[in-house]
Amino acid sequence: MAISHLSKADFDAFTGEGVALVDFWATWCGPCRMQAPILENLDAELGDSVKIGKVDVDEEPELAQKFGIMSIPTLIAFKDGEVKAQAVGVQSIDQLKDMLA
Amino acid sequence: MNMADKYDVLIIGGGIAGISAALTCRNRGKTVAVVANSTESQSLYKAEKITNYPGTPEMTGKELAESLKRQLDSCGADIIHGRALSVMNLGDSFGVAVGNDFYQATAVILALGITREKLYPGEAEYVGRGVSYCATCDGMLYKGKKVALIGSSEEAYEDVKFLQEICSEVEHFPKPAACEIRGGMKADTLVVNGEEHKVDAVFIIKDSIAVSQLAAGLEKDKTGIVVDRSMATSVPGIFAAGDCTGKPYQLAKSAGEGNIAALSACEYIQKRR
Repeated sequence: MAISHLSKADFDAFTGEGVALVDFWATWCGPCRMQAPILENLDAELGDSVKIGKVDVDEEPELAQKFGIMSIPTLIAFKDGEVKAQAVGVQSIDQLKDMLA
Repeated sequence: MNMADKYDVLIIGGGIAGISAALTCRNRGKTVAVVANSTESQSLYKAEKITNYPGTPEMTGKELAESLKRQLDSCGADIIHGRALSVMNLGDSFGVAVGNDFYQATAVILALGITREKLYPGEAEYVGRGVSYCATCDGMLYKGKKVALIGSSEEAYEDVKFLQEICSEVEHFPKPAACEIRGGMKADTLVVNGEEHKVDAVFIIKDSIAVSQLAAGLEKDKTGIVVDRSMATSVPGIFAAGDCTGKPYQLAKSAGEGNIAALSACEYIQKRR
């Protein structure tokens, strides 16, 4: 499944049901760009079992504020709309799987 | 997505260990990038006289550092100016984040010099919750807020200017004698020499970041990064050389370790092909 770029308008619908992983990032941040291919590998490996989304904190400051993003990248795992796990800084594929487990 | 530049070997550190490693990797025909701070910021540059490095009698630290820099510049390695923030295993390669960019390499050599391993009280606790190592990454999240920055490197001064454009106020502490970060759920106070400063974020910009924050899973002991005789660390594909592996802090030892680390990295790459 392709990685979705999320906005305020579709965020709740995306995270509300099932398991979702959201990457809060920005274009100016090197570690965030390093996270991108790791997420693509995770997406390829896990397929439809997990939804993966990205939030550009520059374009979506309200979402960044809502989740208290103070450093990027921040990754948040959701289950049926509830925050299950949160991690700051680049995460390896194994660390991401642990967050989703 | 832009594919990041991919090298055979990426070397973090532009001191004598890193340069020695770069020269050997280039001799072996490998593509190389070296992440380096300015030559002037090296401790070698400030040394008055080098008396025990073979072949260079009566050289000042500045002369030797400049000679090394010339050799690095002409060896065909790409030089990346800046500070490595994070090294991450991407599966078939390593990713290394430097400021706004990121690079990929099959093998990584850490030639970090003497690293700052002792964290400030509260630093580890509040990383990602008000403590940041990257002003360009996190600065925008503190738009219109009051922040503090600790650090005296060239990059630290650049970051202060950058933050001044975004934040309402930037307090800069180049070399504080004593520091502590306090807060509740997030950091809200920086204590410098007993004086409290209310801030929304503390940026810590040192020449190199602590090994524990740079790469996950690297084994360390009291003296430095743990390596074997081939300069291999506990993470396959990551090698280390020079002062960051422990004492003695000598140029000849660092140059030798850089050479071994380079040969081991080349062998590692060969085996993976």
